[in-house]
Amino acid sequence: MKRPDRIDWIWLALLAATATTWWLGEHPGVTPGTPLAFVVLALAAGKGVFIVLDYMELRHAPALWRRLLLGWLVLTTLILLVATAWPR
Amino acid sequence: MAAPSDSLGALSKPKPVPAQRLPGDLVVWLLVLAELLTFGILFASFAVTRVRERALFAAGQATLDLSSGAINTVLLVSASWCVARSVHAVRAGQSGPGARWLLGALAGGCGFLVLKTLEYVHKWNEGIDVAENSFYLLYVMLTGFHFLHAAVGCIIFAVLWGPTRRGAYGPGNCHALETGAVFWHMVDLLWMLLFPLVYVLR
Repeated sequence: MKRPDRIDWIWLALLAATATTWWLGEHPGVTPGTPLAFVVLALAAGKGVFIVLDYMELRHAPALWRRLLLGWLVLTTLILLVATAWPR
Repeated sequence: MAAPSDSLGALSKPKPVPAQRLPGDLVVWLLVLAELLTFGILFASFAVTRVRERALFAAGQATLDLSSGAINTVLLVSASWCVARSVHAVRAGQSGPGARWLLGALAGGCGFLVLKTLEYVHKWNEGIDVAENSFYLLYVMLTGFHFLHAAVGCIIFAVLWGPTRRGAYGPGNCHALETGAVFWHMVDLLWMLLFPLVYVLR
């Protein structure tokens, strides 16, 4: 069995982040609100960065495509965060 | 005449540029861009409508199974990992393992489609349809549109499996496999935001 490389570790990190998100969503002690939205969306964006840079292999691609996809990820995450944290 | 010969020398010896390469076909990247923008609008519509109809969305989201959404996330990221492994194996000249990793990706994708179908059937049996209210309309549009993309991704895996197994792709000829992989990673990337938006944040 060959030693695990970067894409294997990233898979484990993605699973760990998913488990954390699931726990935060299910745990009765965690109250919904802006701090929860911030943590959950930061985890989602973090997962997205790994997918864009390592699985889509944009880390070593022309900067335009890397900026377009990471820019989309940041902008969409911010829109969702602002809308979720919007005062009642 | 020293300056011209120097500049000629500089021209004949260009500075080494780090290799920058966009994997797969350019067309798939244009498609990825169009899909990300379309889903971006749908995500924003869901989040903004939720601000305006908090009680309705809270009631609607309470009927969704967060655990099923989390299992679907695991299936999608695992399929992404498998197809990334398949590309690496084929680039290393290992067609057999490459094809087996692709089957793993197909299994993950099909698992996602089955689980999502069960979710839709469950909702249908409860008598809920698209026209019920704005929550279910956006829920079905977002997840249904994503479901169709995942189904296309599975078809791509199935189509690529045969040639991969026969050794049609190799270290210098991995274009089609890379293109299919990029499409699936897009499906995965979209779900990374869809899952917290629809299933977790209430």
